Amino acid sequence: MSEEIRNLGEFQLSVLREVGNIGAGHAATALSKLLGSEIQMNVPRVSVVGFEEISEIVGGSEQFVIGIFLRVEGEIPGSIFFLLQVESAKRLVTDLVGSMGSAEPDEFSEMEISALQEIGNILAGSYLSSLADFTKKEMSPTPPAIAVDMAGAILSIGLVQLGADYALLVDTEFVQGARNIEGHFFMLPDPGSVRILFHALGVDIQ
Amino acid sequence: MTVIRVGMADLNVADGEDSLRTTGLGSCVGIALYDPQTKITGLAHIMLPTSANPNETNRAKYANTAVPLLIELMEKKGANRRRMNAKLAGGAQMFTFAGQSDLMRIGPRNVEAVKEALRLSTIPVVAEDTGGNCGRTIELFSVDGSLVIRTAKQGVSTL
Repeated sequence: MSEEIRNLGEFQLSVLREVGNIGAGHAATALSKLLGSEIQMNVPRVSVVGFEEISEIVGGSEQFVIGIFLRVEGEIPGSIFFLLQVESAKRLVTDLVGSMGSAEPDEFSEMEISALQEIGNILAGSYLSSLADFTKKEMSPTPPAIAVDMAGAILSIGLVQLGADYALLVDTEFVQGARNIEGHFFMLPDPGSVRILFHALGVDIQ
Repeated sequence: MTVIRVGMADLNVADGEDSLRTTGLGSCVGIALYDPQTKITGLAHIMLPTSANPNETNRAKYANTAVPLLIELMEKKGANRRRMNAKLAGGAQMFTFAGQSDLMRIGPRNVEAVKEALRLSTIPVVAEDTGGNCGRTIELFSVDGSLVIRTAKQGVSTL
């Protein structure tokens, strides 16, 4: 299974990049609506990566981040992470929670946590519904779970699920320029899902 | 005074003035072995409890395959398993879900599997900082076998 992922070619990855781009576009629009300000996203990077490389994207495995984690259930199971620097996450929810936020710079009140969960729901929901349209496969996110800790520790829960040493990663960066907010939206299809995903997109793999 | 980095699903050995370091342990477990006579140390960063595959290619990934491999590498360097002791860190539960799936219990299961593997090799666990819900970065020093544990929220401690 691991070999299958490593053998993915540039063409397959570019198909997934295009589909991911549209999914992320829907997600960015939904998030912009919720926040009442424009969120931009970069064209996703689709790559086959080793364990270590995933945390490097967000600044290394010791980087203190907030991680929103959802499992994808249905015909193409996988994991979704939305990772933000703590300061970015704080700025992201400020307007949503107003005075209900925690005054501590690295702590989150219950209201802030539930706002972040809602953001996770919206991002994952709109991303997956776009992917479901393309693939005609059924998939739905679990309720989001949140942790504030080292990136490596947070991501490991998704990596143990892989059962392979390499993962297919769709990484989309979300940026809100005016308030200096940036976050990474990761989708990691389970190894058993990779073949199903590409087949459903009309590009079979070897 | 070299710090040797141990990645995820990885292991390594050291001696003399050197130390072994692994970062961002969540549900994974860091297994620190020490032979006080030769001051040879070994550190593994395992991700999963057991591999049923006898031809497992990445033996550092699983508790039941990493422990024997680590002991073997330390003995090649001159250590003796009869003198070794173990310190453990990690095995946290990073997320809490409404419905507790097996995936969420992976941390405690990793710790149990490591202890079982050490028991089979008759290596005593002399100290541990396991469970909870925080990530850990650990460094094992060959000079005295001390294990320094750093967390994001609860500071630094030494086993």
